Amino acid sequence: MSDSRIDEQGTGNDKAPGEEDEGESIGSSVRGYCYGLGLAAFLTVASFWALGTDLIYGPGIPVALIALAVAQMGVHLVFFLHVTSGPDNTNNVMALAFGVLIVALVLVGSLWIMNHLHHNLMPMSAMADMQR
Amino acid sequence: MSAHAAKRGHGGHGDPNKLGHGHGDVPSSEAGPADKRIVVAYGFWIFLLSDFIMFAGFFAAYAVLVGETAGGPRPSELFDLTLVAWETAFLLLSSFACGMAGIAAFARNKFWFQVAMSATALLGTAFLALELYEFTHLIKEGAGPSRSAFLSAFFALVGCHGIHVTLGLLWLSTMQAQVWAKGFRDDILRRIACWSLFWHALDIIWVALFTTVYLFGMGQ
Repeated sequence: MSDSRIDEQGTGNDKAPGEEDEGESIGSSVRGYCYGLGLAAFLTVASFWALGTDLIYGPGIPVALIALAVAQMGVHLVFFLHVTSGPDNTNNVMALAFGVLIVALVLVGSLWIMNHLHHNLMPMSAMADMQR
Repeated sequence: MSAHAAKRGHGGHGDPNKLGHGHGDVPSSEAGPADKRIVVAYGFWIFLLSDFIMFAGFFAAYAVLVGETAGGPRPSELFDLTLVAWETAFLLLSSFACGMAGIAAFARNKFWFQVAMSATALLGTAFLALELYEFTHLIKEGAGPSRSAFLSAFFALVGCHGIHVTLGLLWLSTMQAQVWAKGFRDDILRRIACWSLFWHALDIIWVALFTTVYLFGMGQ
């Protein structure tokens, strides 16, 4: 991939985390997956722990859970799917950004609109009273 | 032209992240088509993103309907977190085993490839078995998908992920058969790469799922 001239200047080691390289040794790729597994396992345990702990202010727990989930998705993307900031990945990252935008629109939009409709809707009991 | 000037000016450090795609002196506009391996992975990545968007629809439906229990059981009365923890562990380890299979394929080692793929399949099947156990258990308790809007959305979302895992396992076995029969041909290596992207993406969906459905469910 990278020509020898760049390697001689020492910039060949300037590698994005999780990036796969043609000439990479088996040991270093296995190490990459081990980092990923360790981080993902840590974040999973942290999520289950955060749910039951008194250490976090109660109403803040959902926020902590979301933060841990997003972090873990990032770990999966970088260490397992190898979506990185590397040169071959520019298109993948752009597509991912667009996907995240659409997912966010679907989720936030649905919740927002349905929440408003829910507030404007007459309760079932009031409806029954009117029909009487 | 400007890229060349930058390179000379900074002694080759003008583009350390190879944003000009790292082809040395060839500008990216003249570098020709990318490697087929990269193009195929890009196309499959677009499919995976569309799959994520479909899942976003299921997630949105679940989030909207989670309170509509029609007098039936609420999430916190139904879910068993120990089971979910085991499911999460199985799926994460199968993702790791899938990565090992990818490395074995890269090293053209048939034996370790088949071992790692079998481990992936075994862990994936264990995940699926736990999920099926949970579903049958819920239905036996009278909390099937027809009980309330919340349970319909729950079975749709978790079931959709389960179907994806089932299809992934089928695909896994065909990859094992192809490598066994035909060896590590270039096209088969690209299929393995696509399959492993699919398998890792399922783990990403599961992270969102166990957080928003099961962990959030404990407070609902």
